[in-house]
Amino acid sequence: MAYLNLLIGLSMGLNLLALGSSRLPRLIRAMSAQGVILGMLPLIMQHDLDWQIILLAVATVAGKGVLIPTLLRKAMRTVYISRELEPLIGFVPSILLGAVGAIFALAATEALPLLPGDAQSLLVPAALATMFSGVILLVGRSKAISQVCGYLILENGIYLFGLLLVASMPLTVEAGVLLDLTAGVFIIGIVIDRIQRAFDSLDTRKLTALRE
Amino acid sequence: MHVLDVVGRLAFWLLLAPLVPGLINRVKAWVAGRRGPPVLQLYFDLARLWRKSVVLSELASPAFLLLPAVTWVTILAAASLVPLGPWGAFHGFKGDVLLMLYLLGLARFSMAWAAMETGSAFEGMGAAREVSYAVLAEAAMVGAVLALSVNAHSLTLSTMLAPSAGACAALLSAGLFIVLLAENCRVPFDDPNTHLELTMIHEVMVLDHSGPPLAVILHGASIKLLLFSVLLTEAILPMGALSPWAAAGALIGGVLATTILVGLVESLLARFAFRRVPLLLTTAFLFCLFALLIAWNGANA
Repeated sequence: MAYLNLLIGLSMGLNLLALGSSRLPRLIRAMSAQGVILGMLPLIMQHDLDWQIILLAVATVAGKGVLIPTLLRKAMRTVYISRELEPLIGFVPSILLGAVGAIFALAATEALPLLPGDAQSLLVPAALATMFSGVILLVGRSKAISQVCGYLILENGIYLFGLLLVASMPLTVEAGVLLDLTAGVFIIGIVIDRIQRAFDSLDTRKLTALRE
Repeated sequence: MHVLDVVGRLAFWLLLAPLVPGLINRVKAWVAGRRGPPVLQLYFDLARLWRKSVVLSELASPAFLLLPAVTWVTILAAASLVPLGPWGAFHGFKGDVLLMLYLLGLARFSMAWAAMETGSAFEGMGAAREVSYAVLAEAAMVGAVLALSVNAHSLTLSTMLAPSAGACAALLSAGLFIVLLAENCRVPFDDPNTHLELTMIHEVMVLDHSGPPLAVILHGASIKLLLFSVLLTEAILPMGALSPWAAAGALIGGVLATTILVGLVESLLARFAFRRVPLLLTTAFLFCLFALLIAWNGANA
């Protein structure tokens, strides 16, 4: 349980790192590191390892830690953008918001009627805090690539919730989620390319202006 | 309270403090592959400055000469409250940690006042920068002190620093180390070597001081650096659980390790741009805040 909470705490720290990083490579690195940590969690949580769990862990680590970050880096290179210069919510306010969200999640979890085993772990507060950080990134950043990272971090939070049910959840559901995610990132990559060609910029604020 | 005890303590703070910047410079020279200044360079500088005369601005009031002394005395008073490993505190009492924080605040206030005495707009700007960073650094410092006091159920420095910081040690050490760098104007915040107008913070404030007042300011700054390294070491290591000899060794080793780490940071990192500094200090504040949360959790469980 101690190792589990340590890893989950680390992934909560990565949330704040993602919220505070202005360079896109660092944001992508924080997101993929979080994906790798989350992928290893089911191996620690289950005492009797069956092939389904191992497959799930390997697929998550490969998908969230390698495949999706590679796609994002490729998109980043093709559109020549490496920094988020003018976020809608500044870096210091968003990192403070993320911390407040984490504290609030910790406090709120104590009020929830959880199973005794789940109440001791940090899984539920981490899931809430991660989803909140993802939302802040989605809403508060103006570049499309950072918004994608926010969406992926949001999904990491949902995955953390799913870990509560890892023993009873069918593998196919988790695999389907992972597949959807990869397809989503593919589509977003194409959309980013189109935005770049049409507007010469990835600033999504420009999409709100009408033009002939 | 023995006379020898008092003399020994003062000798520790007064005589050993100028060694710390010398060691940092030594590490920097070693990383860069230079020969570097001797370890005792600051002692030579202080002796040289002490023999020189003072140049006074026409605008300066007598406070200009008085305030460096106030800074020096307050820093030394704050340092004397800090327990020294196996020797314990000089005179520990309940709430002395608050006195230490406020003494350090008073030192900064008199420093900024002395800078503005010269009537130079440039020094006023430096004072403004110093104070605005200090607001954020003090928030982190208060968070760290709260975490330590919740962890040890005490408001006395000697009992607060005796046990190890426990589960939050890693967070606390990161937070306190950033505070150390910010409070002592080390590299990611300020470059002690630079004399470029746009980048100076601390150096701006002492630009018009000369002779003995400058020596007093430099000496006070080195005491402050030693104070923060001792504080960082004692906050993390379980000083109370060690035998006297081991505690003394741990104290010296911890201070040396901090010094070397500062030197390495200084060699490997560049100064941060001004707008990135609040982000780093906010990070330090969050480190200390989460350490406080963990300590609280441990106290309730």
